[in-house]
Amino acid sequence: MPPAKPTKVTKAAATSGATRAKKAAKPAATARRTTAKQAPVRSSSVALVPVPKAAEVPAPLPDPRRSDVDQWGRSEHMREIARRMYDPLYRTWHRVEWEGLEKIPRAGGALLVANHAGAIPSDAPSIMHGIETELGRPVYGLADEIFKRMPVVGTMWSRVGGVLAHPDNAYRLLREEEQLALVFPEGTKGTGKTYAERYQLRRFGRGGFVQIAMRAGVPIIPIAVLGAEEAMPILWKSAPLAKALGIPYFPITANMLVFAPLGPLGMLLDLPSKIRIRVLDPVHFDVEPDQPRYSRSRIMEESEMIRQRIQEALLDMLRARESVWFG
Amino acid sequence: MAPVGKRVLITGLATFWGGRVAQALEADPNVEVIVGLDRHEPTVQLERTEYVRSDESYSILARIVKAAKIDTIVHTFLVVDSTQMRSRTIHEINVIGTLNLFAAASAPGSTVRDVVVKSSTLVYGSDPRDPTWFREESRRSALPRSMVERSLLEVEGYVRDFAVDNPHVSVAILRFSNVLGPDITTGLARALELPLVPAIFGFDPRIQFVHEADVVRAILFALETQLQGVYNVAGDGLLPWSEVAAICGKHTFPLPPFGMSLLNGPLSRLGVIDLPDELLDLLRNGRGVDNRRLQEAGFSYHYTSAGTVADFVEAVRIRNMLGASESAYQYERDVEQFFRHSPAVLHDE
Repeated sequence: MPPAKPTKVTKAAATSGATRAKKAAKPAATARRTTAKQAPVRSSSVALVPVPKAAEVPAPLPDPRRSDVDQWGRSEHMREIARRMYDPLYRTWHRVEWEGLEKIPRAGGALLVANHAGAIPSDAPSIMHGIETELGRPVYGLADEIFKRMPVVGTMWSRVGGVLAHPDNAYRLLREEEQLALVFPEGTKGTGKTYAERYQLRRFGRGGFVQIAMRAGVPIIPIAVLGAEEAMPILWKSAPLAKALGIPYFPITANMLVFAPLGPLGMLLDLPSKIRIRVLDPVHFDVEPDQPRYSRSRIMEESEMIRQRIQEALLDMLRARESVWFG
Repeated sequence: MAPVGKRVLITGLATFWGGRVAQALEADPNVEVIVGLDRHEPTVQLERTEYVRSDESYSILARIVKAAKIDTIVHTFLVVDSTQMRSRTIHEINVIGTLNLFAAASAPGSTVRDVVVKSSTLVYGSDPRDPTWFREESRRSALPRSMVERSLLEVEGYVRDFAVDNPHVSVAILRFSNVLGPDITTGLARALELPLVPAIFGFDPRIQFVHEADVVRAILFALETQLQGVYNVAGDGLLPWSEVAAICGKHTFPLPPFGMSLLNGPLSRLGVIDLPDELLDLLRNGRGVDNRRLQEAGFSYHYTSAGTVADFVEAVRIRNMLGASESAYQYERDVEQFFRHSPAVLHDE
């Protein structure tokens, strides 16, 4: 039911006026009734306000906020701590190098689309960290609801800029708040690849990311990430264990074996692969934003084209790479 | 001659909202007649509202609507706090009550032209798959698992059917977020008044609040402007639950993240805490609603979410300092009848 308020007011006044006029059998009553009914609508705030306690606008209280957690759950304070903790990993461990960073706009919304790899993917923090430190712009990472289901992890993820990948959230971030949002259309199909399948992009979902970018009227910026596959390669997966634990995949990673002396912490530590990030040319869709639907065929075509471009960029970067560790 | 005023029927006159709305309407000269229905006697002092005792399923309703030529219905008697009643009773009040109310309102020759229903954002549920903000047309992510949510969904179904069948009636459904305020007691208010505020370990959801004064103002606004459609009513901004506790000057007490629905039965029986399923979901996943549609219709909030919590805390502090001020008003039928109808009482004007 759309609001459609102003037209409704007059219509309702007219109808109720008409019914009463019939009863009174006086044509003049219609006019009087209509104006009488309209008058309180205009000046009504005076008549109806005297609620015992809420009569006058309350004096503004001092700002009661105690934290800087924004409406998305992100806290710049937590983000700063995360950046400080991640910086050594970013600079000395993975020695992240960017190519084409200038293609990311300094202002306005844009949807960043990248390939996704590694049991605990290091591409997301690398991209977010890089853009935030180099360009000084916040990046919101869109991800699956699996994070939100986990105690502690979900809260931390949300505080450092994670947002549930929901079309409404993406639209609001991109169109209304003109932010940068990062999405991995492969989802867990990408991170759950075994090492043997590295750099072979999975299906790009159902093209939802293209539709969102069209609706929000923002460009898509494809990003190819090299090195995340080797940061935490999956050697073997256990489907029954994953099912029992209710997670998308249960991996045995190379890291678990290499860092076995570190105990359970070793599970979380990346191998020091060299990460290279190449930003590809932005894709603009010249379609009208805010449409309820877009051509399915166009969406699938654009989605496939973006996937192809990232795949080609990856193969190109792989050819140029001399060493997994030194780039 | 003064124009013919509104003839308003309020359901749930003895509830917090019914009483408040009736008080406010009494001050409006455009309102000619106010009839309040409830099972219990009113709890606030009313000047000219007529109180009619009825059972929760309003079997006498059709006759009242007809006899009093009711043109406006304010349906505030919808239970959203499931800690206070058995689920059977909630079903009777919410579902059967609404069913009968709208059956009466759509009877042939009905004079009803305006309907305002006080629903709740509980209809959206609370799930990890939820968007950060629900819009009025968003669908909930998971099936409802508590009685109160199911009943409210059914209620809105009846209201929608009524709106479709009676296009000449302007029907507004107002979905209120979590209400806090100096006077009202809600499940979350009780949780915030405990020495340690219960929270679910590892979860710090963002929660939205609306001030009780804004609730009443929104209902009156809907009546004034003959609002039509579904509207979320919630203060601006979302607050992490830990911050809500911090504003209240409390620490949180972590409850186990799993198996709480099992633990809840014994805990509520012991009187420690009573967190029904819908509150547990809220403390795990939070819920935000987009409140812009009502603002675009011309409504302005007096309180943000954070402001609501601050005002609530201030009221609790004063109450604890001065002791609970029991409402001095006690409804006494004979006295009320005397004051209203006896020729011996001289009314002003």
